[in-house]
Amino acid sequence: MVPCCKMSYNKKHVSVTLPGVRGLSSSSGPRVCIVGGGPAGFYTAQQLLKARQDAAVDVYERLPVPFGLVRFGVAPDHPEVKNVINTFTQTAQHERCSFHGNVNVGKDVTIDELRQAYHAVVLSYGAEGNRSMGISGEDLPGVFSAKDFVGWYNGLPSNKELRPDLSCETAVILGQGNVALDVARILLAPVEMLKETDITQNALEALAGSKVRRVLIVGRRGPLQIACTIKELREMVNLPNTRADMLPADFEGIAEALKDLPRPRKRLTELMMKAAKEGGDDKAEKCWGFRFFRSPVEVIAGADGKRATGIRLALNKLEGSGESARAEVTGQLEDVDCGLIISSIGYKSIPIDPAVPFDPRRAIVPNEMGRVQDTAGLYCSGWVKRGPTGVIATTMNDSFDTARVLIQDMEAGKLDLSVNKPGAQAITALLQTRGVRTVLFSHWEKINAEEEKRGKFLGKPREKLLDVDEMLKIAWS
Amino acid sequence: MAASAAVRSAVSLTQRFVRVSPDCSICPLYRLNACTGATDGFTAPSRRLRTSIGVWQSGDSSSPEEEERVVNVVYIDRCGQRIPVQARAGENALHLAHKHGVDLEGACEASLACSTCHVYVSSEHYEKLPEPEEREDDMLDMAPMLQENSRLGCQIVLTPELDGMELTLPKVTRNFYVDGHVPKPH
Repeated sequence: MVPCCKMSYNKKHVSVTLPGVRGLSSSSGPRVCIVGGGPAGFYTAQQLLKARQDAAVDVYERLPVPFGLVRFGVAPDHPEVKNVINTFTQTAQHERCSFHGNVNVGKDVTIDELRQAYHAVVLSYGAEGNRSMGISGEDLPGVFSAKDFVGWYNGLPSNKELRPDLSCETAVILGQGNVALDVARILLAPVEMLKETDITQNALEALAGSKVRRVLIVGRRGPLQIACTIKELREMVNLPNTRADMLPADFEGIAEALKDLPRPRKRLTELMMKAAKEGGDDKAEKCWGFRFFRSPVEVIAGADGKRATGIRLALNKLEGSGESARAEVTGQLEDVDCGLIISSIGYKSIPIDPAVPFDPRRAIVPNEMGRVQDTAGLYCSGWVKRGPTGVIATTMNDSFDTARVLIQDMEAGKLDLSVNKPGAQAITALLQTRGVRTVLFSHWEKINAEEEKRGKFLGKPREKLLDVDEMLKIAWS
Repeated sequence: MAASAAVRSAVSLTQRFVRVSPDCSICPLYRLNACTGATDGFTAPSRRLRTSIGVWQSGDSSSPEEEERVVNVVYIDRCGQRIPVQARAGENALHLAHKHGVDLEGACEASLACSTCHVYVSSEHYEKLPEPEEREDDMLDMAPMLQENSRLGCQIVLTPELDGMELTLPKVTRNFYVDGHVPKPH
C-alpha cells in the first residue's frame, strides 16, 4: 500500500545545486509526461510531485494557454469556481514541474516519442468533441452545440467566429445538465451582471443586443432524472426579471416520490416543484422552463430552407424509475417555434494517436483504474478516462487516483526507473526541428498580464485574447 | 461563552453573504484585494483572492484572551492516520488543515463553489456547529459519500466548545475499495 500521506511538498525545495539552473539537470528520478493542461492534468501533476520528491513532471498543452475547461468551460459568472487556477499555478511554478503550451500531441509529437522520453505518460486531454443529436437539420444555421456556444462566450479561439444569431424570441436547449443551465442563464442574465465578468467582449455585445426572451430546456426523461445540480437551478430561479414557466403535467406523481429520494435529489426536486408552482413575477419580461419527456427528431427549416425556425420533438413515456428509467416513444409529436437551438447532450473525447487504444462506443481510452489497457507506462485521468461528466471535484479525485496508481507502479518496479529518460529537453529539441516552439509558463504569465490589463480598461477581471497567433506573439515578446 | 456567542451572531448575521476567509481577513490590504499573499509554504506568492461577496470578520480578533484559547482538533486523513492539531478559536478548519499539511483540498478557496473540503464531523461536535446555510447544503449535495455528519471544512469555524472535535476526510477514491467497487460518479 503506497503511503499516501507523505509530508506536503515544499514549493521552495531545491533539488540541484547548480545556480540559476531550473529543474533537475542531473537527476535520475522518474520523469512523467502529462498530455493536457486542464484540471485533470494539473491535479495529476500535483499529486505526483507531492508523492515523490524525486519526480519531475512536464505538462503539455495544445493551446498557448493552460487550464482547459476552467478557463473555457466554467461560466463567466462563476468566478469562484475558477479559484482553482491558483492551485494549478502553484503546481506549474513548482521547481520540478514545467508547462509546455502550443504543442499538439499526436501531430507535432507522437505518443511513442513521448513514451521514449519519459518513464510514464498520462493522457489528460479531456473531451473536445460533442455528441451529435443525429437528426436532420442539425447543420442548419441557428443550431449549435453547447460546447461551441460556451466556447464562444468563453473565448475559445476555435469558436471566435461563431456569431450566433440572437434575434429570435425563443431558444430551445436540448439536454438538462449543468452546461444546459449555464447556457440558459447566460442567455437570460442581465447584461449589467455579465459586463463585470470575464465573458468576451464580442459575446457581451451580442447578448446586449439579444432578442431572446424565452428559453426552453428540454430533456427526454422526467423531473427525477434531471442531470443538473441544485446550485445551477437556484441561479435560474433567482434570475432577475425572469419567471419560470413549466407544465404541471410533467410533474404528475412527483410529489409522492419525494419522501424516498436521497437528500441531493430530494432538495433538487423540491426546488424544481416550487419553481413550477410559483412561476414568478408575471410582469417579468423573460421566461425559462424545463420541458420533460421530449426528444428532438428534426430541426424545422424556414420557408427558404436556409435556417432553423423550429424543432420537432417526440413525446416520450418513462419505463422504470430512478436513475435507470428509460424514455420510450409514444408516437406523438410536438413542434416548437424557435430560432436558436443548442444541443447540450454531452461532450465527447476523440482519439489522439493511433498508438493509443480507444473505445469508440464509450468514447474513452480503455483503462483499468487509470492504467491504459495493454500499454505499459501509459495512464489516463479525467474525462478521457471516465467519460465527460462530473464537476472539478470529481476530476480531482479521479486524477489523484491515477497518480496513486502510477506511484504504486513505480514502487512495485512495473516501470523501469533505472533507465535515464531525457524528458522535456529531448522533446523540446525534437519540436524545434519540426518548427514548433513551446510556450512556457512564464510566457503564459505575459499573456495573463496582457489579458488582465485589457480587462481593467473595460472594468472586467480580464479580456481574453481570442487569437492564437496574438497569444504567441505576446508570449514570446 | 461570550466568544462563541459573538462568533455565532457574526455567522448568522452574514448568513447569505458569508465567505469564510483565512486569518488575513482582518488586514486592510486583503480587503482592498491588494494582498500579495502570505509567505508560508502553502500559499502562492502571486495569489490574488477574488471574493465578490463580503468577508466574514473573525468575532474574536480584537480580544486578547481569545488568542490564548486553544481548540484541539484531530484530523483523520484518508489513510486513517490521526493528525492532532492545536488551533485557536476563530480559525477555520480548511485553513487549519493546510497549515498542518492535512490532505484537504480547497479548490474554490472557501467560496462555497465546490465540495472538495468535504469532511465528516464527530457526532457530538456536529450538533454544536451552526446550521449550514443553503449555499453550503447545495455544495454538500454534490459531494460523494454524503453522510448525516457531513460539512464543508471551509465553513467550520473553531470555537472552544468544539475542543476535541474529530474531522474525518472521506475515502472518495476507487483505490480504497479493495473489492473493486466503484463509487457512483458525482
